[in-house]
Amino acid sequence: MSSLLHFFDVLIGTFDLFIKALVLTLEISILAFVIGLAFGLFFAFLKVTKIKPLVMIVDFYVWIVRGTPLVVQIFILFYGLTSLILIPNFLAVTLALAFHLGAYLTEIIRGAIESIDKGQMEAGKSLGMGHWLTMRRIILPQAFRRAIPSFGNQFIIGLKDSSLASFIGMQELFGVAKLEGSVHFDFMTYLLVVGVYYLLIVYIFTKLVNRIEWRLAVSD
Amino acid sequence: MDNKKEIIKVVKLNKSFGNLHVLKDIDMTVKESEVVVLIGASGSGKSTLLRCMNFLEIKDEGDIIFDGNKIDPKTHNLNKVRERVGMVFQHFNLFPHKTVLENVIEAPVKVKKIQKSQAVEEAMELLNKVGLVDKRDEYPSKLSGGQKQRVAIARSLAMKPDVMLFDEPTSALDPELVGEVLITMKQLASEGMTMVVVTHEMGFAREVGDELIYMHDGKIVERGNPKDIFSNPKMDRTREFLSKVL
Ligand SMILES: Nc1ncnc2c1ncn2[C@@H]1O[C@H](COP(=O)(O)OP(=O)(O)OP(=O)(O)O)[C@@H](O)[C@H]1O
Ligand SMILES: [Mg+2]
Repeated sequence: MSSLLHFFDVLIGTFDLFIKALVLTLEISILAFVIGLAFGLFFAFLKVTKIKPLVMIVDFYVWIVRGTPLVVQIFILFYGLTSLILIPNFLAVTLALAFHLGAYLTEIIRGAIESIDKGQMEAGKSLGMGHWLTMRRIILPQAFRRAIPSFGNQFIIGLKDSSLASFIGMQELFGVAKLEGSVHFDFMTYLLVVGVYYLLIVYIFTKLVNRIEWRLAVSD
Repeated sequence: MDNKKEIIKVVKLNKSFGNLHVLKDIDMTVKESEVVVLIGASGSGKSTLLRCMNFLEIKDEGDIIFDGNKIDPKTHNLNKVRERVGMVFQHFNLFPHKTVLENVIEAPVKVKKIQKSQAVEEAMELLNKVGLVDKRDEYPSKLSGGQKQRVAIARSLAMKPDVMLFDEPTSALDPELVGEVLITMKQLASEGMTMVVVTHEMGFAREVGDELIYMHDGKIVERGNPKDIFSNPKMDRTREFLSKVL
């Protein structure tokens, strides 16, 4: 009983601290996701050209990302980037996570593009729209809609994975939990508290994605 | 001979998919305001021939001459050619994320860069023509097959093409919806639209066609006035085919 009270004590007492950390977590994950989308779009485009060398580049990228732990990627990219150019930790970590998410988003976007009936491209071409205009105006809008559930999933994975940023000193949710836990010799309580934040934020985003999905389904 | 302009001329066209020789030395001419009807068994190459005419398939050998210009897919801007060659597909291929009106104005606005207000005005005229003005704000999923195909025709017409290609435009429709699409096509023909139509609707071929082409196994077996061919086919193959479909 007293430990439960203690938990709520800490939960309330650290509210400001964790909200600040939550904002950082969201900044990292949202920015990483957006940049990851750009990566994904770019590499998916390369892949759907079916041009051998381009496809090989994409497959290599995806192979690297899938075949190594994210922590390793973050460390390599973080130290690699920061030793090459002077950029803030925040940006280096975000780019590393974006690089990682980008590989998964590449596959999601490629799959979505290829799932669109090829009659759509033919219709666009037959109207004189050409490959790229049809891609932009006709194929991609449909592909993105179809990919929204997978995007949502991937975003949530990225959100949780952003906790790895703590390993290079970022004071996002998990970083703050680790620090405060060790300062107060009370690791477990702070881990439980941060767990609540993750649960809550993931729950909110899941609902949000479902909502968007539902609205698109209605308008179809 | 009449001196109508030749819109599309196909000379010794050959096309293979891998080892499959699908079109063999096809020669044909489509003149202004003419309706050419292509018939033949499944797999005889009708769609491929049609698709070569707007370069959705690229020929292996032979020439495609459009409005007097030999089109070389390597050097010509095919988009420019396709602007002038409309195509209507068996499965409509409407853009499902766009409303009926948006489907029709998409290419005029984005390709021809026509003012949106003007494109809408022209689109409404076309929708009026195909009898779908009241559906302008519907999404394709809310339309019947016949309505979808009529929207697809309007969408193609919006580019003001010199010729329209139809690939089995009524084959995917429930029987009771075939008529409304054929009526629209007949109306187009009567307005002088140049058309190449792949179809199994022999009534349409007989009534509207200026020339009938019967294809078998990648070759043109017989061609001529539809009424003549239907009543008195010269080739045994044609007779055999017609006895099955008439
Ligand atoms: N993209 C392609 N790749 C390989 N083979 C193809 C391709 N398109 C068509 N074919 C083959 O070429 C032949 C002619 O096909 P085509 O679609 O032109 O026939 P069709 O006369 O239109 O038949 P249908 O009445 O069934 O539509 C068929 O054997 C078909 O399987
Ligand atoms: Mg066909």
